[in-house]
Amino acid sequence: MPDILEVPIADDLIRSDTEGVALLASRERATGRLCFPARTENDTRYERMVLPRTGRLWSWTVQRFRPKSPPYAGPDAFEPYAVGYIELEGALIVEGRLVDVAFDALEIGMAMRVVPLPFRLADGSLRTSFGFTADEGQGA
Amino acid sequence: MSDDVFIVGAGIHPFGRTPGLSGLQQGVFAVRQALDRAGLAWPDIQFAFGGSDAAGNADTMVAELGLTGIPFINVANGCATGGSAMFGAYSTIKSGEFDLGLAVGFDKHPRGSFSPLPADWGLPDWYGETGLMLTTQFFAMKIQRYMSMYGITPHTLGAVAEKAFANGVLADHAWRREAVDIDTIMNSQMVSDPLTKFMFCSPGEGAVALLLASGKKARELGLPAVRLRAAAVRTRPPGSFEVFSPALDLERGGSPTSIASRAAYDMAGVGPEDIDIAQLQDTEVGAEIMHMAENGFCADGDQTEWIAKGRTRIDGDLPVNTDGGCLACGEPIGASGLRQVYENYMQLTGQAGARQAPGKLRLGYSHVYGAPGVSAVAIVER
Repeated sequence: MPDILEVPIADDLIRSDTEGVALLASRERATGRLCFPARTENDTRYERMVLPRTGRLWSWTVQRFRPKSPPYAGPDAFEPYAVGYIELEGALIVEGRLVDVAFDALEIGMAMRVVPLPFRLADGSLRTSFGFTADEGQGA
Repeated sequence: MSDDVFIVGAGIHPFGRTPGLSGLQQGVFAVRQALDRAGLAWPDIQFAFGGSDAAGNADTMVAELGLTGIPFINVANGCATGGSAMFGAYSTIKSGEFDLGLAVGFDKHPRGSFSPLPADWGLPDWYGETGLMLTTQFFAMKIQRYMSMYGITPHTLGAVAEKAFANGVLADHAWRREAVDIDTIMNSQMVSDPLTKFMFCSPGEGAVALLLASGKKARELGLPAVRLRAAAVRTRPPGSFEVFSPALDLERGGSPTSIASRAAYDMAGVGPEDIDIAQLQDTEVGAEIMHMAENGFCADGDQTEWIAKGRTRIDGDLPVNTDGGCLACGEPIGASGLRQVYENYMQLTGQAGARQAPGKLRLGYSHVYGAPGVSAVAIVER
C-alpha cells in the first residue's frame, strides 16, 4: 500500500485511510436504497456512506480484446484483464476490475476485497481507480 | 377504436454488409419490397413510424418514397427502436386514427463492438475510461452467473450457436450462411469468458418494413395476414441486472423482459404453452438461453435438456430463432426487433421457404432486449 495514492480517477469515488481504500456510495434517505457511484454531495435526497471493503465474487469475465477508445482511456498496449461483480456484505453488488488473481483461479463465491488500482491513461498520466483482489485472509 | 391490428405485409433488406447502400437506402428497399409483395403503393400508406440507432432519420425516406404528406414519426429507442416503431404503429391503428400504416427500422454500424459514451448513459467517465463499459462483459457475466446457479455447461452454449448458424444457412436474409460445427464454435477465440467469438452476434446492417392495418382494412385487402395480439415495451424493474451497471441491488428482482413478457401474455390472453414459434433476443448464446426462461418457456435450468433434445430446433416443439437470430443475421439495432416479427410473419403465413417450421403455426412470439434495460415483446396469430 503506497503512502500516497496518485490522483483519484474521479471525485467522490474512493476514500483512502490507514486501512486502505473503500468506495463511496449514497443512500437515498426516503427509501434506504443504496447507489454506486455516489451522488453529488449537495443532493439532499441522499446521504453519503462508505461501502464495506470485503465481499464475495458474484460473477466475472475476462476482457480479452482492447475496448474501443473512446471511451476506453487505457494504454494502446493491451493485456487481457478480469472484470467482476463483488457482493459487498449487506450493501451492493459492485462492478470492478479483478487484480492479482489468475484467470483460472476465479470462482464465484470467493472472498474478495477492494484495493486501489493504479490506472495509466493513454496520455501517460497515472490515476487511482479501484479494483478487487482475492481476500486470502477469508478463504474461499 | 379498432379492436384488431394486423400485419398485412413485410419486406426486408438482407442483413450483413452492403457497402453500396446507406442504412436509409436499405430502409427504402425494405419498404418497397413490403409494398410490392402486398400489391400496394406508397400513397396507400397513411402514416409511418420508423427509426435507426446510427443510420439517420427515418422520415427523410419520403424523399425517395414519395411526398405524400403523411405523418412520419421518428423513433429513437436504442435496441428497442424497431419494437417501439411497431408499438407506435399498433397503438395508432388501435386508436382508430388510421387504418393502414408502416413500421420501419434500419441500421448500418461500423465493424467491431459498439463504443458507447458514458455521459449518454448517465454514467461517469471513469466507467468507460477504465474499460468496464462493454456490452460483451455484461452478457458474459450474466450467463456466467446463470451457469453457476443452474448448471448450464459450455457445451449447451455451443449448441445454441450451432443451431443459429444451421438455421442461417436456410434463411435468405441472414448474414452468416455457413454452418459451423460445435467444436469450432467452442474452440474459437475466447472473447469474454465463457463466450467465444462464434457465440456473439456482431453489429451489422439491414432493414425491415412491416405494413400494419386495422381489421376492416385487412379484410378489404385480403392479403396473407397475422393478427398482432400483443405489443408491449417495458423498462427495468427494481433488482434487474442490466447492461452498463456499475452496481446492482443486493435484492435481486425481475427483468424488463420478464415484465414485458407478462404484459404481452396478458394482452393476448395466452400463455407460453400456447406459443408455436419464438424469436428471442440472442445477442449471444447465453441471452437466448436465459431469455427462454425469462419469457416463460421453461424453468431456469431446464434449458440444458431442452437444447440437448433439440426442442428449439426448426423441427422441435418450440422452434426458436428460426432465421438464425442475431447470431446469424447480425444486429443492426434499429432493424433487429422488426426482423423477429418479420420472421414470425413469414413463418405463420407459410412463406419461410427452406426454413419453414413444420405443422400448423398459430401463435408467434418475438422478444427484443437492449441497453439500458428495455424489452419489447410482440405476439402474432395466424
